[in-house]
Amino acid sequence: MAIEITETNQPGDESVGLVEPQTVTLFGPPDGLTLAGGGRLESLTVAYETYGTLSAERDNAIFICHALTGNAHAAGRHTVECSKPGWWDDLVGPGKGLDTDRYFVICANVLGGCQGTTGPGDFKPGTDTPWGLDFPFLTVDDLVTVHSALVTELGIEQLLAVIGGSLGGMQVLEWAARFPAQLRSAIVLASGAKLSARGIAFNAIGRRAILIDPHFLGGNYYEHDEGPRFGLALARMIAHITYLSEDSIEMKFGRRLQDSDSFAYDLARETEFQVESYLHYQGKQFVERFDANSYLYLTRAMDYFDLAATHGSLPAALGQTAARFLVVSYSSDWLFPTGQGREIVKALISGERDVTFVELESVYGHDAFLVEVEQLTSIVRPFLDRTLSLGAMGQ
Amino acid sequence: MSGDRYSIPEPTSVLIDELLTSQIERDSRVIDLGCGDGRLLERLRSDLGCTVLGVELGIPQLKGVVGRGLPIIHGDLDHGLPDIPDNSFDFAVLSQTLQQVRRPTTVLKEMLRVAWRALVVVPNFGHWRVRLNVVKHGRAPVTDALPYEWYDTPNLLVCSMRDIRDLVSQLDIEIVSEIPIIKGCAAQGAWWANLRADSALYVLQAGGASMVSDRHRPDAAPA
Repeated sequence: MAIEITETNQPGDESVGLVEPQTVTLFGPPDGLTLAGGGRLESLTVAYETYGTLSAERDNAIFICHALTGNAHAAGRHTVECSKPGWWDDLVGPGKGLDTDRYFVICANVLGGCQGTTGPGDFKPGTDTPWGLDFPFLTVDDLVTVHSALVTELGIEQLLAVIGGSLGGMQVLEWAARFPAQLRSAIVLASGAKLSARGIAFNAIGRRAILIDPHFLGGNYYEHDEGPRFGLALARMIAHITYLSEDSIEMKFGRRLQDSDSFAYDLARETEFQVESYLHYQGKQFVERFDANSYLYLTRAMDYFDLAATHGSLPAALGQTAARFLVVSYSSDWLFPTGQGREIVKALISGERDVTFVELESVYGHDAFLVEVEQLTSIVRPFLDRTLSLGAMGQ
Repeated sequence: MSGDRYSIPEPTSVLIDELLTSQIERDSRVIDLGCGDGRLLERLRSDLGCTVLGVELGIPQLKGVVGRGLPIIHGDLDHGLPDIPDNSFDFAVLSQTLQQVRRPTTVLKEMLRVAWRALVVVPNFGHWRVRLNVVKHGRAPVTDALPYEWYDTPNLLVCSMRDIRDLVSQLDIEIVSEIPIIKGCAAQGAWWANLRADSALYVLQAGGASMVSDRHRPDAAPA
């Protein structure tokens, strides 16, 4: 719950309006892309969207790294009839936190995803067979390599900011470590320098649910009607619990029943409680828009992420960049608790980097970075203002 | 810790900032605990080229500091400074905040763990008006310098200059200098300071042979 009301526009008042999804081919022949796990892609497609206008100096670009099941459609609408705007429409738009009157905002679907950028659901080159589990193993490094190449392709040498929550925040950290001169600021929300054992555990259960679905067929389910729908839905239901806090789930559902005032005493009724009904709904929705193989690849990439291990230590990883950092944790987030944010902050201070850290009060758990946009805006706006006024930085 | 340094009148705040600034070396690294709106840090950064960091608990104050473009860590001083590595600063400032924390000894120790010198400004509850208030009226004191009713005050602790001296000596902390502030003026070496001072600035340093801290001593440190 927001602890205070600021006098900004109500979310949704202002919008970037209609947006056109775009695609670009990167790492085409003869280059190709060798992935951190050793696999190779000879060429790949990236789906992305942009909002606002790139300045003549090309110094006002902000890149959004989306989370596990997000996509490039962060703001605006694809058609006039479209009822739902992009997933971060409250933050991205004219006069909003990422103010499209001032900034040029880019959001791209991640490598291995299923919403426009090359992933396991796409055909293997030169065949009409989808990759399935033959798709090369992915890490967060690889996602960032592709984002970074997209930014270069767009003719932008240095980003004003890279921002992301959860898996998106991991990408921001990796970006700062791998391409330190490409960003002037890094905004890491509800994230950490590694996934905790508990996080890995929940991902493991989600993957297990997919793998044991009889329709999974070793990942080659694309030409079948069914696919591992139940497994994927179950994975989502489990993951969804980790995004909510004890208070938010209690507040939202409590013990309320869905369609009745009294118990049915019937085990076949699987959606008797509101919370049950909600989880089933979330699972069902998810199956419509997400690919099970992508879910396997991307949760694994998240499990593998360990910035300190990859770069020797956290200060070594984050000490290369002159970028300013803003790290935000949320009080009720138990997937990436505040301690994870503080760990990043400690490394940045020991490396004498410019860092700002805030723990925002919220009942919304891990989802807070998507929900508590007003609070976030009040911190992000002045942070970006200052970063812009500092001008381009040498490294 | 409260973000607002509102326990003393505005002109005195300005004086205290001046006084603190005079103790801080050019180009040094400064951490301000309970930095409020970040005014002091902004000044230190722009006038003295200091590398600065604020620590603040209040979210509204913190937003203001972000607006000034200053780095700031959200945190509660009573939990210590777990994110700050040893000796990462030259100066740690604690202005009008010690009396607002629950664990002043923790805070003082933490300051001298992370910094070479601690600059601490505390209101002096040994002032004669405070004493008179208590003796004459038998009530918790409310004075110009300490304008709070006992039931509505950011000040959790009541201490005099003499109390501070006792505490730091127990903690093996050396008082490098003690500057009483009397009627809005710095009055180093003033007589009867504990009776006359509204507040005082203490420049503190780890006592004994503190080799670690000396490594961080700026070349031309003020006496």
